[in-house]
Amino acid sequence: MKKDNTDKILEMASSLRWEMGQDYHDKLTEGIYADASAISGKVVIQEGVNTNTTFDRKLDQILTSRKFGFPIMLFILSVVLWLTIQGANVPSGLLADLLLGNIHPWLKGLAAAVNMPWWLDGFLIDGVYMAVAWVVSVMLPPMAIFFPLFTLLEDFGYLPRVAFNLDDWFRRTGAHGKQALTMTMGWGCNAAGVVATRIIDSPRERLIAIITNNFSLCNGRWPTQILIATIFIGALVPSSLSSLVSTATVISVAMLGVFFMFLSSWLLSRTVLKGQVSTFNLELPPYRPPRFWQTLYTSLIDRTLIVLWRAVVFAAPAGAVIWLISNISISDSSIANWSIDYLDGFGWLLGLNGVILLAYIVAIPANEIIIPTILMLTVANLNMMGVGAGDGVMFELDSDTETGDILRSGGWTLLTGVNLMLFSLLHNPCSTTIYTIYQETKSWKWTAVASLMPLMLGFIVTFLVAQVWRIIAG
Amino acid sequence: MEAHDKGCETCAFYNAAHLKKLGVNTENADYVIALAGNPNTGKSTVFNALTGLRQHTGNWPGKTVTRAEGGYAYNDKKYRLIDLPGTYSLLSTSEDEEVARNFILFGRPDVTVIVVDASRLERNLNLVLQVLEITDRAVLCLNLMDEAKRHGIAIDDRSLARELGIPVVAASARSQEGIPELIQTIEEVANGTIRCKPHRIKNLPKELSDAVDKLSAQISKNFPDLPNSRWVAMRLLDGDADVRKALETGEFLTATA
Repeated sequence: MKKDNTDKILEMASSLRWEMGQDYHDKLTEGIYADASAISGKVVIQEGVNTNTTFDRKLDQILTSRKFGFPIMLFILSVVLWLTIQGANVPSGLLADLLLGNIHPWLKGLAAAVNMPWWLDGFLIDGVYMAVAWVVSVMLPPMAIFFPLFTLLEDFGYLPRVAFNLDDWFRRTGAHGKQALTMTMGWGCNAAGVVATRIIDSPRERLIAIITNNFSLCNGRWPTQILIATIFIGALVPSSLSSLVSTATVISVAMLGVFFMFLSSWLLSRTVLKGQVSTFNLELPPYRPPRFWQTLYTSLIDRTLIVLWRAVVFAAPAGAVIWLISNISISDSSIANWSIDYLDGFGWLLGLNGVILLAYIVAIPANEIIIPTILMLTVANLNMMGVGAGDGVMFELDSDTETGDILRSGGWTLLTGVNLMLFSLLHNPCSTTIYTIYQETKSWKWTAVASLMPLMLGFIVTFLVAQVWRIIAG
Repeated sequence: MEAHDKGCETCAFYNAAHLKKLGVNTENADYVIALAGNPNTGKSTVFNALTGLRQHTGNWPGKTVTRAEGGYAYNDKKYRLIDLPGTYSLLSTSEDEEVARNFILFGRPDVTVIVVDASRLERNLNLVLQVLEITDRAVLCLNLMDEAKRHGIAIDDRSLARELGIPVVAASARSQEGIPELIQTIEEVANGTIRCKPHRIKNLPKELSDAVDKLSAQISKNFPDLPNSRWVAMRLLDGDADVRKALETGEFLTATA
């Protein structure tokens, strides 16, 4: 009975569709718009001249103009990064003093007082606690500055203008213009950027956006970029210029990421993901004065602390793993040392070293802990005396200069610094993002492509840079 | 449209004092409320104002892509509030639009609150009219009134309510203006105090509206409990595979029961 009814309805529908012809959808849409316009004509009263709209339009003409759109975008990004680099230094030092300089010795003393076995003391305090403390002191200050600034821009309505400026470029690469929005989301967090690709209708263009989102430097990688740029690039110029030069360096790396996003989108849409570019309407929302204090509060609570918490959750076990591989020995050498020696040759080819590659393996769960891991492994591998607190202990150094000294005595050169920045941009996404990609695509194949393609690209780029560098430097 | 002459008890401000924001606690809800609207109309701000949650808000379209849930209690009733992704229409196939459409169609919310940007009413009405074809229990939240005012735009909300056949609440959710009235109106629609008589799309060419009427008559004859036979007819005529499948598997009927 029910089935009969359904069939009857569907039959009628199909014969009616036949009678009506092709343009049903358009006529329906037109009908809806006609109603909407009739109703709004009756109830909307426009009073006087609309001064605010003209202001909005003027501002849009500047912010999205062909001439000034890009320079203004770069300028705003520079200001945000410069404020972050400048502002994060002092609180970072204070936090490190507190968590690593004071609380860590106190904990060690406490452990000694209760006769805690050395391995438990090492595992918990030197491994887990230190990893967490490092992440908090390195991550919290830049995030507490970067996120509110970014959120203020977002509330003001600037992000859609960025999308508007980039839309044409994305279309030319065969991708969807809305990818500009998911790209900027990725600058905060790649996992969030991947989820945001749901705004893209076409599965083909959505896949491109997912696969290439990793080329947006995420907040876990900004601090790495900033630190290495300060140590290796900023140090090349007089100190009055160093934060400007460091900012410019970080911007260049971020822009290189955008370039690789275009390049890989273009390659994908010409090869495995061929298809039509779909059009869409991008609404430029009105500029709204952000509510300053509320934005500050919510971005601190919602974004900063949530991201920080995630980093802490991943740093704790990573700290434990680092301590373990540095302290468990196979025939006179720790597992860490074995792996570093094993990876050193390949690392050298890439202009990196075994320590960096091992760090990237250990730190798959979170990009945030790369630098502490590298420092700790460097010290452990060199058996440096008098620095740090022993094997497998993540530690904080008093200043960027000292961090630089450690790295240089670990055999680092300007090339290592440059290639670490490149590799930090071009490598596999963190495990959260990989999992999110699987959740969104439900395909192991595309998850593998999205994870391995940037890694391969990273190998190729760092390899080429290293070879050219060595030829030129002789 | 609203019940009058009962003194304090029906006054929104008197009752708003009893609003309990329940955050993410949505258990044992008496009513399910869907929050629909175009992107960037302040839906998430309304959601936060009602639930006390702090879902992130941002000034760009497409910010909410999943549906968020929260709850509040008001006058001894518990409400489960679902913030749907912002969409311009319910006619296309992107994932965010499908989430929104399927929830209104199959989730059968007790009330659908449509949040619109008062300064862009005409454009926003496109979605409103589509929602009103699906459900007949809706409230229009005319949000961003402060912004509209700055732009020199005024809206005759009483006429608008008459035209649309649903209650209209003017609000500026950022500053909590209109939220008490909104809560009160949602309650009255949910418990049947206010009966809506939603606008149906009129400006269709004759052959189109004839086809819709004919098919919709057939649908309501066979499925008398279906409240939105006209919408189902429109979708079938557009060749919508989801709706067709729902009809075949009987999803419309289970939703009714």
